[in-house]
Formats: sequence, C-alpha cells, structure tokens
Amino acid sequence: MKEEIKEKQEEVEILRILEENARLSDAEIARMMGIKEDEVKAIIAELESKRIIRKYKAVINYEKSGIETVQALIDVKVSPERDTGYDSVAERISRFPEVQSVRLVSGEYDLSVLVSGKTMQEVAYFVAEKIAPLEQVRNTLTHFLLKTYKEHGEIYGEEGQGKRLAVTL
Amino acid sequence: MDMMSDRIADRVKQMKGSGIREFFDIAQRMEDAISLGVGEPDFVTPWRIREACIFSLEKGYTSYTSNWGLLELREALSDAIYKETGVYYDPEGELLITTGVSEAADLALRAILNPGDEVILHEPSYVSYNPCTVFAGGTTVCVATGVEDEFKVRSEQIEEKITERTKALILSYPNNPTGATLSRKDLEEIADVANEHDLLVISDEVYGKLTYEGTHTCFASLNGMKEKTILLNGFSKAYAMTGWRLGYAAGNKEIIEAMMKIHQYAMMCAPITAQMAAIEALRCEDEVERMVNEYNRRRRVMVDGLNSLGLSCFEPKGAFYTFPSIKSTGLTSEEFAKRLLLEEKVVVIPGSVFGACGEGFIRCAYAVSQYEIKEALERIERFLTGIK
Repeated sequence: MKEEIKEKQEEVEILRILEENARLSDAEIARMMGIKEDEVKAIIAELESKRIIRKYKAVINYEKSGIETVQALIDVKVSPERDTGYDSVAERISRFPEVQSVRLVSGEYDLSVLVSGKTMQEVAYFVAEKIAPLEQVRNTLTHFLLKTYKEHGEIYGEEGQGKRLAVTL
Repeated sequence: MDMMSDRIADRVKQMKGSGIREFFDIAQRMEDAISLGVGEPDFVTPWRIREACIFSLEKGYTSYTSNWGLLELREALSDAIYKETGVYYDPEGELLITTGVSEAADLALRAILNPGDEVILHEPSYVSYNPCTVFAGGTTVCVATGVEDEFKVRSEQIEEKITERTKALILSYPNNPTGATLSRKDLEEIADVANEHDLLVISDEVYGKLTYEGTHTCFASLNGMKEKTILLNGFSKAYAMTGWRLGYAAGNKEIIEAMMKIHQYAMMCAPITAQMAAIEALRCEDEVERMVNEYNRRRRVMVDGLNSLGLSCFEPKGAFYTFPSIKSTGLTSEEFAKRLLLEEKVVVIPGSVFGACGEGFIRCAYAVSQYEIKEALERIERFLTGIK
C-alpha cells in the first residue's frame, strides 16, 4: 500500500514537472526528484501508454512569431440526442483539423469550440459551412480572439521584475 | 582636520565591518554574473498578495497602525500559528508585528540584555545576531558546529558554554547558511538544557516552512518552552516577501511588552501596506507549497551537482542553501569565492563570513532557476578543472 502511494506521488510529481517543461531529460527529472533515471523512464512510459500524457507541445506566442493566424471561440447551442447526449455532435465537431479544442460547458450554451484559420473570413466560412448547419446545432455565436494575455499558465506580457541584489547574507 | 571617526560610539567603531566588502561590491556590479549569493527567493510575491495590497492602497489604508500591528493581522496570525504548531498566542499581548525578523531579533536582544550578559550563539549562522547582541550591550559566546554533525548544535555543546552571566540562547534552524535542520529529539535535548539552566531561547524560525524532509518543529511547542521562547518569524522567505519587511515576535506577555516598548519609540509600527498584504498571505498556503516543491527539486539538483563535482556537500534539509566543502581545492573560502567570481562569474558566499568555523565551506543558494543552477554548475566545473 505504502509503495502504491509513493508511486502515485512520483507520477503526480513527474506530471507537474513535465507540464512546466516537457523538454527536460529523464536524467534531469530524476535528479530533481532524487530517484533513479530508470524509474523516471518507466513512469513516463506508463503515463504515455495509458495516454494520460497525450503529447508534448510548445506554447507559442503567435502574435510575436509573425505566423498569420486567426482564432475564434464559438459558443454552440446543441440539441442533445437521446442515446449519446452531447457526445456524438461534440466528437463530430472535434474531427475537423480547424478545431483546436471542444469542451462541454455549463451555462447559456453547450459547447465551447476553439477554431483557428489563416483569416477571419476563413474562420467565419468554416463556422457557417461546417458547424452551424449540423442537424443538432441550434445556434452559434463567434468571438474572434483579439489578443492573448495568458496561455497555458504563461503570461505573455513581460512582467517587470525587480532585480535582486547579487549578494545578500 | 577634525576626525569624525572620534565621534562614533566605541561599540559601533569596534564592530568590525565585513572584511570582504570589496568582493561583494565587485559581485554586485558584475553584469552577467550568475549569483548563488542570494539570500532571498527568486519568486516574485504571489499575485494574490500583491493584488490585496494594491486594493488596500486604493481603499486608502495609508495610516499608522497600532504599535502592536493591525489586530486583524495578529488574530489571523495567532490562528495560523496555532494551526501549524499547536501553540496559542494571545493576539492582544503575546504577538508583536515588526519590520522584518531583523527588527524582531534586535528588539528581543535589547529587551532582555543587561551590560555584560552573555548570549550563546551557534555558528555558522546569520550575520546579524552577533552585532545586535553587542549593540545591545551583551556578549556573544559562540558554539562552533561542524559538518560531522551536519551543522546541528548539540545540547552538550550549549551546556559547556553556560556561565552565571548566560541570559539567552539563539537558535536559528533551519539554518542560514548551512541549510541544517534540527529534529524534534535534538530540540527536546536543547529544551532540557534551557529548562535546567533557566535560559531564554530566541528561536528564529523564518525558514521553518522551507523544510523538505520531516516537518519543522516549533521550539515553543516543546514541553514548557512557550514561556521561555521568544519566537521570531516572518513573511520574507516562505511567502517571497523580503522587500515588504514584515516579521513578528511571539512569546511571554512581559517580554513582548518590553519589546513593544522599544518598538513604539524606534519604529512606531510596521508599514500598513505590508501588514494588509500579510493578512492575504496567510490565506495563500497553496502558493507556499508550490514554491517549496520547486525549491525541493532545485535542492536535489544542486546537492547532486556539487557532490558530483567533488565539492562534498551534506544534504541540507531546510532553507534554500547548500554548504559544500571546498577544502579539496586547497583554497580558503574567500580565495575560492573571489577567484570563482573573477574567472567564471559565479557568485558564492565564503563560509567564513558566517563565523570562523565556516572556513573551508561556501554558501550556494538554490533560490535561482533550474537553468541558472545548471549553468552555474558548469562554470564551477570549469573553474575546478582550471585550478587543478
């Protein structure tokens, strides 16, 4: 039992470390945790095979990158189906590569869908042609994203950080 | 020309300044140095705390507070201390809010010392206890701790130094500069000595929350010690609030009252903006935990790295310092620090700054990013290869 708790704690710690920096080597993670590199390798392999870790990505500030991209958050109101509820329409929407994320939410509408494209027109057409006409979709509302302040826990604006003294006793 | 120095008080004149000020000046000015010489968190104060402070300013909280500190803060603090240590301090009379732990330590010493009274202090330790003792008219009696004891002060070492003039013992664990901690059992043995010889114990526990193995035991929570302990703590280290200058003292009513008497004339009160922020800080234990977890990761990387470079380093279990031995290099700790700074631009603090028994060691703080630790270790490695 004790062993299981320890394993669980190590799993959580590895996830926290990777969430912050997925480029660390197994050896570096092992040093941070005070465990063996092989153990880290095994735990990560397990997390990957269970698909708890889905993939490793970079957080990119597109506004700075010069890559032209437009994103919109679409509020989608849906009529749920008798057998599958919201799942079948949500999955259907998820399959479009233009769709970055799909979430079922509480409140005024049902699905919150993040769509990206090269231009506003492209995104608007995509919503009009692919999402709005779906049988279960009752209504859509498109919000184009104007500026990103924080993404995946990263604040984009540089925070003015006071300089520490090099020496304090 | 008139010698101004003749007019400086003798006890101030006689206090020797740090001999390595020149080295510190170079370090402060060097632009691209990596500094492991820091004594404060690299985290900015959590936003919730800063935001609460800004809100208090907007609401117009800009006045003096009670000399004791805001009652709301003292009440919240009393609850927090009780929850964490099981010791109850009456917010009205047993708790004093101060301008940093530094002021609290000064007040404690000034409140209890008569000329010639002795204070027992373990070394290596933080640099201000001795001067504050001397400025308060007392004398420091030092106890050297060593790496063979993992820099723990042993109760029999304390007992050996006790004379009829001994008034108090200063305990500072988790320790700056060594990162050493004392277990409950170690502390109980010291409490027995304090009881037997009726010593006051000034316990500076500002790094208490930064304990990575086992849990920190508050000295005042030991049997019979609440009345004998002047507990000092503050917000600087655990909440990343060094610049706010906010600490506190807790203890026996008469002693705290005496400290308040000095505080009310010398300082009046701690800044209200910092006190308002501290009220919010006490609700931010999750943020503390997040920072402690990160320090713990860095601690392991630093200790592992130093050991693998051949700078043998005992495992520090608290604060954010490592205290590796540099004896294998044949250099003094001051020479080591100077050459490392000039040749590889890494700042470390010579152990000798913290007492004679710190010679042969350097203090390397890990309150820096993982990247900086990695880079600093690489530079130290290059430096060590160069001096071989």
